[in-house]
Amino acid sequence: MKIKEVDVAIVGAGSAGLSAAYQAATAGAKVLVMDENRLPGGQLFKQIHKFFGSRAHQAGTRGYVIGQQLLERVEKSGAEVWLNTLVYGMQKDCSLGVIHDGEHYVVKAKKVIIATGAKENYLAFPGSTLPGVMGAGAAQTMINVNRVLPGQRIMMLGSGNVGLIVSYQLMQAGADVVALVEAAPGIGGYGVHAGKIRRAGVPFYVSHTIKEVIGKDEVEKVTIVQVDSKFQQIPGTEKTFDVDTLCLAVGLNPMTELIWMAGCEFCFIPAFGGHVPLHDRNMETSVAGLYVAGDVTGVEEASSAMEEGNMAGVAAAEALGYLSAEDAAAKKAEITGRLNTLRSGQFGEKRRVAKEQQLQYMADYQAKKGGSL
Amino acid sequence: MRIVEHPILDELDTTKKVTIYCDGQPVEALEGEPIASALMNAGIRSFRYTVKRHEKRGIFCAIGRCTDCMMIVDGVPNTRTCVTPVRDGMHVKTQDGLGSFEQKEEAK
Repeated sequence: MKIKEVDVAIVGAGSAGLSAAYQAATAGAKVLVMDENRLPGGQLFKQIHKFFGSRAHQAGTRGYVIGQQLLERVEKSGAEVWLNTLVYGMQKDCSLGVIHDGEHYVVKAKKVIIATGAKENYLAFPGSTLPGVMGAGAAQTMINVNRVLPGQRIMMLGSGNVGLIVSYQLMQAGADVVALVEAAPGIGGYGVHAGKIRRAGVPFYVSHTIKEVIGKDEVEKVTIVQVDSKFQQIPGTEKTFDVDTLCLAVGLNPMTELIWMAGCEFCFIPAFGGHVPLHDRNMETSVAGLYVAGDVTGVEEASSAMEEGNMAGVAAAEALGYLSAEDAAAKKAEITGRLNTLRSGQFGEKRRVAKEQQLQYMADYQAKKGGSL
Repeated sequence: MRIVEHPILDELDTTKKVTIYCDGQPVEALEGEPIASALMNAGIRSFRYTVKRHEKRGIFCAIGRCTDCMMIVDGVPNTRTCVTPVRDGMHVKTQDGLGSFEQKEEAK
């Protein structure tokens, strides 16, 4: 068992973790970023579409290019990045149990930032366990990172941005998207994404859900059925499609396991995908010195994750004395401004309200505790 | 099926090939790719049988979280094939239930 001591330890080398590492390391902190994967970048490298937002958020730049730029900045910042590294546990004092290069380490850091992201939701229906039923994000990883088609004739369930974007990217990769199915009466994601796949001729079935997946050893057919306003199946409305793959784009949930281990306070916010750790505007949780950033604080999108990472990195560097209060305040004001822009508009507004609700829960908790942590 | 040409991404480099063995059968793979990717390219989508109901399972999350893609890799059971890179000469086996280190399972 080896001991590794750093100023700031970051778990997760995705959008949020790398941004936090860049901020803390450029301020002068000794930073270690750990990630289980063999490549850094989290889910950024499967995002081959152009990002939205303002120029400050690199709108019009494809996700994987943003990932490459972020990596270059982190490499120059002096932060150390451990890949193929499993962080399996966290003690109450925030020391981390780590396996790196086959060796056991205890990583002791003055500040810890958890940026572990989110994982895809599952949906149960007859046949949902057959090989060929997979997450939409899994299909996206297969086509854009591993460069293998998961199937030829694909049905997509869910019309949020993930369902829409992955449908289009499956077509770019050469697959047929046979139908897009949505239980709600309308499309969930951006009209611009929906328009692209609609123009490509993909039929949309709103107010429909999966009745069953049929197949002996893997997916062979999928039967969908119309639902009423209470999401109850309407008998006699079934339609069956010949497909070999069914992708589920039914939301994500934060990967909070390590944060629970540390004893953080949580709240339940459905708009954010479930239980999320309480944190303040500095991204610090109810456990002093433990910060969170990105989808683990509530599922949003990559640009917000990067800004939350920036915030956590700046706050941790300030708390360690690497940034003056004035410098930190100026940086935080810029980051907050960009976050507010990202959390505006028809879709962002919901996330802004959810984040404000979370911050209120944190404020209530702090007041109960006597105002200081 | 391999996606070599792509409207956005660079052409895929398919020059560095290795061979792995799935239940004894050779499967061509690209150096560095995850096992699951090579198997899927070869048309193999069923990776293991569940413990209780003996049902087939394949890829679900592809990022190492759901454990649906676990196989016995070079004798080690419960290996997540979606995040484990291939190695030339590697042996992967369909896992039955929880699997075991004794390699009692015969190739399915």
